[in-house]
Amino acid sequence: MSIPFGGYASPEQIMRDRAEYARKGIARGRSVVVMQYADGILFVAPNPSKALHKISEIYDRIGFAAVGRYNEFESLRLAGIRYADINGYTFNRNDVTGRGLANLYAQHLGMIFTESIKSFEVEIVVAEVGDSPEDDQIYRITFDGSVFDEQGMAVIGGQSDAVAGRLKERYSEGLPLPRALDAALSALTEPGGERPPATQLEVAVLDRGREHRKFLRLTGPRLEKLLEAAKESQEGARQPAGEQPGEASAGQAQAGQAPDTAPPTAPEGDIDTGSGE
Amino acid sequence: MASQPAWMNSLFTYTGSSSFSEFLGVHAPNLLPRNESLAVPVGDEIPHATTIVAATCAGGVVMAGDRRATSGNIISQRDIEKVFRTDDYSCMGIAGTASTGLELARLYRVELEHYEKTEGRSLSTEGKAHRLATMIRGNLPMAMQGLVVVPLFAAYDPSRDSGRIFSYDVGGGPYEQQEFHSIGSGSIFARGSLKKLYREGASPQDTVLTCLHALYDAADDDSATGGPDVMRKIWPVVAVITADGFRRLPDEEVAEYVESMLAGRKTAPEGPTAPLR
Repeated sequence: MSIPFGGYASPEQIMRDRAEYARKGIARGRSVVVMQYADGILFVAPNPSKALHKISEIYDRIGFAAVGRYNEFESLRLAGIRYADINGYTFNRNDVTGRGLANLYAQHLGMIFTESIKSFEVEIVVAEVGDSPEDDQIYRITFDGSVFDEQGMAVIGGQSDAVAGRLKERYSEGLPLPRALDAALSALTEPGGERPPATQLEVAVLDRGREHRKFLRLTGPRLEKLLEAAKESQEGARQPAGEQPGEASAGQAQAGQAPDTAPPTAPEGDIDTGSGE
Repeated sequence: MASQPAWMNSLFTYTGSSSFSEFLGVHAPNLLPRNESLAVPVGDEIPHATTIVAATCAGGVVMAGDRRATSGNIISQRDIEKVFRTDDYSCMGIAGTASTGLELARLYRVELEHYEKTEGRSLSTEGKAHRLATMIRGNLPMAMQGLVVVPLFAAYDPSRDSGRIFSYDVGGGPYEQQEFHSIGSGSIFARGSLKKLYREGASPQDTVLTCLHALYDAADDDSATGGPDVMRKIWPVVAVITADGFRRLPDEEVAEYVESMLAGRKTAPEGPTAPLR
């Protein structure tokens, strides 16, 4: 029998350390944006890999986005697909809901956070597209199993606060797809930075208008065309952002804290500590 | 927690293949189609689905099925559907025991989708055909007891830019068929008709008409196959699969085809004739 550590560590300390560890891991990567647009829900992730996806289809109406450690969120993704398929097969296809899936993830992540030595270094979004925009649901689930019912948009990973700040400036309800993509890309790009090209992007939508399976990955010429349209809509989109100088300057101040170089090892400002606040 | 199904514990830990039915077989075998032996073989009491025809066309494949299910000499359902979309580029038709066939089609659809979601790519056309063969073979003990179900599988193969047809027997398969094929009680009559009316490289529209003629001829000579029901407006199910994906023709469109066919049959009840020389 070996005791690796002689001193006493309080449960609070242990939890804090775990949360700190997880948060550092999550902040290391790039952010992922999930937001509503006129016809559904848009997912955008800067991702140079064509094979290791951060965005995925779970079921007919449900999409999944994740940041953090690939092997960890991949196992969550596969479990979600199994859960959805087995429920849809046992009952009926529309008996599979985003809420049920978010609860499953929350249960599992919460259990791992309290019971394992190392918590998962992941943050995920489960989004479900409804028949109308009011029925759309976006759930953000953190490494400790907390579930947040997000309204309209969610940003996970990287410098999520700064990105969310920039996205809020440009976001409004019912944006057409090119405008929404433009807003997401502007938010993901540091001020003055260059936008990632199509090859460095992973983009997908849950399109309410599609039959059967709503999830559609946008790649190749289709994505390039959309990026072109997004660029054209840029001028139009800038205008309303300029009308709110208060918010815009707040966004710039936030971005000013973080230099354009390497991302910080941990996010600044308030982030969920895992202690339920 | 004690009441949760056993598969809930396996969602996150399963490390097997991307096959949905294998996952069910290991962790939830009760959800798989029945595979026990019956005390007494069942025969005609269980509804049977009848004729399915399929024919390749320019850049794709057409499948059509009549709407009748019979239990012995009774018509048990007039508007049953036996042609199912299995994914964007494939469909299957079933002949034999209706209940087993419906369940098989439902499971097979999830099977293809599950692979696609977990692996991030679709199965190859051969892969899809082989997978169906294994599932049919699994039903062999039930088939020996009278619950025979035999599918016909049709798919658009993107790697060849053409339609392909695969048939099966109770022991599995697949047997790839060239040009056209039919299964079910009226299949001999349908095949005779297809043999005379099939034109290589015909347009999808012409091939739909060919298939409808074949079904009509099957219904003409086989009591278990239903013809188009003009009074109740029940038309055959017709599916066309091309590079654009699976498309089930809406009832109004099928009605137009059927009416033009019936108009021709009024003057020539045996249908169009093939040139002798």
